[in-house]
Amino acid sequence: MESTGLRVALRIWVALVLLFLFVPIAAIILYAFNKSTIESWPIGGFTGHWFSVAWHDSQVREALWLSVRVGLFATGLALVLGSMVAYALHQFRFYGRDGISLLLVLPIALPGIITGIALNSFFSFTGIQFGTLTVVAGHATFCIVVVFNNLIARLRRVPGSLAEASMDLGARGWQTLRFVTIPLAATALVSGALLAFALSFDEVIVTVFTAGAQNTLPLWIFGAIRLGQQLPEVNVVVTIVIALTLIPVILAARIAGSGAVTR
Amino acid sequence: MTNSVGNERWLRVRSVLWKRPWARATLLLSPPLAWFLLVYIASLLVLLITAFWQVNPFTSNIERIWSLGNLQTIFTTPAYLSIIGKTAGMAVAVTVTDAVVAVPFAYFMARIAAPRTRTALFVAILLPLWASYLAKVYSWLLIFTNNGFLDWTLGLVGIGKSNLIYTNGAVFIVFCYLWLPYMIIPVYSAFERVPASLIEASQDLGGRTWRTTRRVLLPLALPGIVAGSIFTFSLTLGDYITPLLVGGTSANFMGNVIYTNIGIANNVPFAAAMALVPIVIMGVYLLGARALGAFEAI
Repeated sequence: MESTGLRVALRIWVALVLLFLFVPIAAIILYAFNKSTIESWPIGGFTGHWFSVAWHDSQVREALWLSVRVGLFATGLALVLGSMVAYALHQFRFYGRDGISLLLVLPIALPGIITGIALNSFFSFTGIQFGTLTVVAGHATFCIVVVFNNLIARLRRVPGSLAEASMDLGARGWQTLRFVTIPLAATALVSGALLAFALSFDEVIVTVFTAGAQNTLPLWIFGAIRLGQQLPEVNVVVTIVIALTLIPVILAARIAGSGAVTR
Repeated sequence: MTNSVGNERWLRVRSVLWKRPWARATLLLSPPLAWFLLVYIASLLVLLITAFWQVNPFTSNIERIWSLGNLQTIFTTPAYLSIIGKTAGMAVAVTVTDAVVAVPFAYFMARIAAPRTRTALFVAILLPLWASYLAKVYSWLLIFTNNGFLDWTLGLVGIGKSNLIYTNGAVFIVFCYLWLPYMIIPVYSAFERVPASLIEASQDLGGRTWRTTRRVLLPLALPGIVAGSIFTFSLTLGDYITPLLVGGTSANFMGNVIYTNIGIANNVPFAAAMALVPIVIMGVYLLGARALGAFEAI
């Protein structure tokens, strides 16, 4: 239906949007190899020096390690809790079902600062010490929905006749779950977990309010940018964070298809 | 002996569970729901309550006395009202801009691109969607900075420096950049769902390209646009980091007021009261979005 002129115009539009989306990411990766300590363009030659500086920075290492631990714990929690809700909502019809799915989306539908400040006032109110656990609690809360979305979408696609066939063949509920449902949902679980990890590893808006004195990697970056110090190191760390968030996402897309990777 | 007793007991538990689906549902749902109620809902409630408390100006301790003082301050101080207006205005501007940018892009993806191109474009949206948030904000700092990439590009064309860094214009561009993928994806899935036969019918009835687009395609894509706008709107309302980093000291949005009152000013009740404003705005927005059918489109 489109005229040739319109098609050409749309093509140009798409190319411009892609340029807009990728120039900043390309720029940051180039800056990570910047020989000069001045952040101007064009960069002053290439060096891998800042990678080694960042690698030997104990603050960066500690922050990285905390981010990995938090990501793993939050993902584990989200995986257990998220798949319980998804399975229950898929299996049973009851009053308040829609309310539960709305509840799960709330932490990402409301502005992030709300989740952050709400958790902050809650922990202060109850006298819970800010630390690794409070960060994990915050991350798990918004990671649950990622696991839930991935799993429930898969459960809806798997034909119910498979579970019925399994039970006709004499399998008990547990056996059907163990040998039919879980294997069929396995890739959705894995991709959900990978996305939850990526989400947690990169989160900063909520984390600022739940971390106390500790630094996750994004918090270290945030602090360093604000102080305007160690910027060559920031370039490197930020590039590494891009890689570490994209690797799980790419894996998830390969495992469960790119349609499962929206957020 | 004990083992068989244990087995029997287990069998009984199992048969009880089997006969009573609600018992199984309750067992499955209680841990996640308990988590949400004890951590998240409890937090929101504490936030709501804290908003009606005060901070003693001399001891800076929180005094648990009910009062509407914080809300009164917010709604009678012109500076706060203008911050609320500015933030909402920014959210609207970002949402409209992203919709205008996303619609032709999503249209091309869904209706013109060959299947392989479509997949490639989808991945091309996913990468910036997931690439680290801070990295993206910081990269714009590098682009906007004095003698940075933007100034260099403008120099090539013969225009002088942009001086965009630490302005609201910079904040606007970065917001548009950050949330664009959130808009493209739902609009794309809305376009994809429009059956080709509807377009053919419109053409058979004499609707030319523009008319078919305006009267058939856009109304059908509207739920997708509204679904995307939930993200662009909500994310803009609650962001304080982008204004802080690329907007500089002049950038004062709702998120920043909340952030400084938690951190530097240590007035948690006031921050909580301020946080109620985006909650209410989002509540109204979500109700409106539901009326427009956005939830079926997510």
